[in-house]
Amino acid sequence: MSRLKTLVRNERGVPPLRGGHSLCQGCGVPLVVRTVLDTIASPVVVVNATGCLEVATTRYPTTAWNVPWLHVAFENAAAVASGVETAQRALRRRHALPADEDVAVVVFAGDGGTYDIGLQALSGALERGHRFLFVCYDNEAYMNTGVQRSGATPFGASTTTSPAGSESWGKAQQRKDMTAIAVAHHVPYVAQAAATHWHDLSVKVERAVAADGPAFLNVLTDCPVGWGHEPRLFKQVLDTAVDCRYWPLYEVVDGDYRLTYTPAQPVPVADWLALQSRFAHLLRPENAAVVADIQAQVEREWDELVGRCGEV
Amino acid sequence: MTGLQLLTGGEAVAHAMRQIDPDVVPVYPITPQTPIIQGFAKFVADGRAGTEIVNVESEHSAMSAAIGAALAGARTMTATSSQGLALMAEVVYIAASMRAPIVMAVGNRALSGPINIHCDHSDSMLVRDSGVVQLFAENAQEAYDLTLLAPRLAEHPDVLLPVLVCQDGFTITHSAEPVELLPDDVARRFVGEYRIPHAALDVARPTTQGPFAMPDYYYEFRRQQGAAIEGAAAVLADLAEELEALTGRRLGALEDYRLDGAETALVALGSTAGTVKDVVDELRAEGDEVGLLKLISFRPFPAAAVAAALEDVESVVVLDRADSPGGAPPLRAEVAAALYGSGCRLDGSVYGLGGRDLHPADVRALLAGTVPTHVGLRGPACHA
Amino acid sequence: MGELTSWTDLPAGGAVSPAGAPRTATGGWRTGERPETDLSRCVNCLLCWIYCPDSAITLDGETFTGVDLEYCKGCGICAEVCPEDAIAMVAE
Repeated sequence: MSRLKTLVRNERGVPPLRGGHSLCQGCGVPLVVRTVLDTIASPVVVVNATGCLEVATTRYPTTAWNVPWLHVAFENAAAVASGVETAQRALRRRHALPADEDVAVVVFAGDGGTYDIGLQALSGALERGHRFLFVCYDNEAYMNTGVQRSGATPFGASTTTSPAGSESWGKAQQRKDMTAIAVAHHVPYVAQAAATHWHDLSVKVERAVAADGPAFLNVLTDCPVGWGHEPRLFKQVLDTAVDCRYWPLYEVVDGDYRLTYTPAQPVPVADWLALQSRFAHLLRPENAAVVADIQAQVEREWDELVGRCGEV
Repeated sequence: MTGLQLLTGGEAVAHAMRQIDPDVVPVYPITPQTPIIQGFAKFVADGRAGTEIVNVESEHSAMSAAIGAALAGARTMTATSSQGLALMAEVVYIAASMRAPIVMAVGNRALSGPINIHCDHSDSMLVRDSGVVQLFAENAQEAYDLTLLAPRLAEHPDVLLPVLVCQDGFTITHSAEPVELLPDDVARRFVGEYRIPHAALDVARPTTQGPFAMPDYYYEFRRQQGAAIEGAAAVLADLAEELEALTGRRLGALEDYRLDGAETALVALGSTAGTVKDVVDELRAEGDEVGLLKLISFRPFPAAAVAAALEDVESVVVLDRADSPGGAPPLRAEVAAALYGSGCRLDGSVYGLGGRDLHPADVRALLAGTVPTHVGLRGPACHA
Repeated sequence: MGELTSWTDLPAGGAVSPAGAPRTATGGWRTGERPETDLSRCVNCLLCWIYCPDSAITLDGETFTGVDLEYCKGCGICAEVCPEDAIAMVAE
C-alpha cells in the first residue's frame, strides 16, 4: 500500500497537528511534524522546545495538538524527554501505567534549540542512551525571533544578526555538522533528511523508533520568510537543496553510513542560492569566487560522505 | 519507632528518600548536597529503593528531567546547592508554573563569587520569588521529617508545587546527630501514592502543557499559582499534625521558643536557630527576657503567624544568612512587612555569609548594644 | 476567542485538553487567493494532504474531498505540488 495511505490511516481521522495554528503561510515545519507523527503507529508524547512550532501552536487557550504535548523551555527539550522516558520505564516496571503499549517519546526542536542552546541537553540524553526520538526541524536560523543566525546557518547567508552589507557577506562562519556530532555519541540511529523527501523521512522515522536507544533526525525544512521566497515554492527550494548535494540524505545505523538518495543529475549550488533572497548578495558578479568556494566545499563534503558510505 | 541512629543531615535525607522510594531521581553533583545523592544511589544499587536514577549532565537538566518525569506521572525528587540552584533557577520557576510536584533537597551553600562551598542561604533566596515552597530544617532530624512530609505537601491537589527542603550546608549536611527514623512501612504509608491531574503518559486524555500566554492570560496564571502557594500553609499545618501522630515531634510553619513574656525576640532560619536556643536558655537563666522565633516555612511566609507570635515583644532582631546588596536582607524584609504598624523596634543583622560561623558570643553581643548591619565582619563596623 | 476567564477558573498550570479548546479560523489570513479543486483530475495521490501546513485538506477515508477554507491560509503549496493540476489558486 502507498506509504501516504498508511500515514492517512495512522491518523485515524485525527491529525496530530490540526489547523488553526499561527505558523506562517507556507511554513515548512508541519510537513515534518505530520510525517514523523503519522509514521509512528504507537501512541506518542511530544516534547517541544521553545520556537516557532511551540509558540504558534499553543497560544492559551487554543492548542493545535491532538497528542500529549509538553513544553518547558528552549534548551532543555532533550532533558525533559529524558525525564518522560525514564518515568515510563520506572512506571512500567512498577506496573503503574494505564496502557500496555509503550508510548514513543518524540522531541521537536528547531536548529537553535538543537545546535546551539539545546546542544548540552541533547548530548547528555544521547550519552545516557534514553529510548527517544529527537527531531531537529532545521530551517537554519532563529526564525521565531526574527531570522537571527544560528550555528546551523550556512556560510554566506544573510540573517538579521549576520546581515549582508557593504562590509559583509552575511554569516562568516561555517555551520556545524550536527548530524556528525550526533553520530559521535555512538547512538543506534542517526539520519539526515529533508521535509520534501517525506517518503525517505518516513522510512527513517520507522527505523529510528525501532532502535533500542536514542535516535536523532536532522531534517532540513523551509522558512519562506527567513529564506526569502514565495511560500508556494517550498518543494522546489527544498528539492534543489538536496539535488545540489548541499544537504545529503543519509543514515548512520550503529555507526555504518548509508546514502539514501543520490541525485540523478546534481545541480550547481548557485541554482539553490538563486532561489532565496538570503543569498541574493552572493550572486553579484564580484562574489563569484565565494560561490565557487561554496560549490567546491559542497563537492568535497559529498565525496567524503560517499567515501564513508563505502559505496559508489 | 526504630530508635536513634547517628546520621548526618545528608544521610538522614537519603534515608527519607529511600523510604519514599520515588519513581525517578535525576542527579547532578555539587558540594555539599552530594552525600544525599551518593547515599541514595547506594540504596538503589543495593536494591533498597526501586528508583530510576538519571545521571544528568547539569542541574538545569536535573530540574528539566524532573519536570518531564513528574508531569509524565512519576513521583520525582532531586537535590542541589548554590550554583546548581542558580543554574536551574529558570526551570525552577517553570516547574512551579507548570505545577509540577517535585521535591528537592537543598544543601544551602553560598553563591559565587568568590566561589565558596560553605553555608549561607543566598541560594535559596535566589529563588524566593519562583513560587516554590521552601522549608528550612534546624537539624538532621527536621531535615528527615520535612523530607517525608514534602511529597504529601507538593502533591496535594490544592498545592501541586515544587517543595524545597533546605538544610545548612556542612553544618547539617555533614554533621552527625542522633536521628530517629520511622519504620519503613510507616513512612511509606504516610507518603502514599502519587497522583496528578494531567499525566502526560495518559495518552487517552491528551493535554497540552506549558502553553504560550499573551498579556490577556499570563497575569491570571501567575495569580492562580500564587493562590496555590498561599494554600500550602493550611496543608502544611494539617500534614504536620498527621506526622506528629507518628513521630511525636511537632513541626509547623514556625517554632516559638520561649517567646512567652519575652521583651526581645531573635528571628532566624536554619541551624543558627539551634545556637540561638542555647543562648536564649543562658540569658533566661540570667534573668533576661529573651526568646527565639524560628522560621521553618520561608515560602509561604507565615506573616500573620509571625505577627501574632511577636505581638507582645518590644524589640525584634532578625538574623539573615543572606544579603541583598543595596536593599533589605530577605528575612528582615519579610518580618518588617509582617510587623508593620505593630510599633515594636526592629533591627537586623546579616551573618555567616560563606560559612562564617556565628558564635554564642556574637549573639550575646547583638543583644547587648547597637546592632551592626553585619555581625562577625572584620573591619569597620557598619550600622543601619 | 471567547470570554476571558477569571484566575479562579483556569486549569492548573495551563494544561489544555484539545477537545475543549477553541480554534482560530486562520482562513481569515488569505489575501485574495484561495485553492479551487477539480475533482475530475484528482488521482488521490494525497500529496496535497501531507504538504498542507494547516492540515486543511479534507479526506473521506483515503479520498480527497476538498480544502477546509476555515483554516486554509492560501499559501498555494497544494496547487504547486499537485501532479495533475487538479488544484489552482483563484481570486477570492
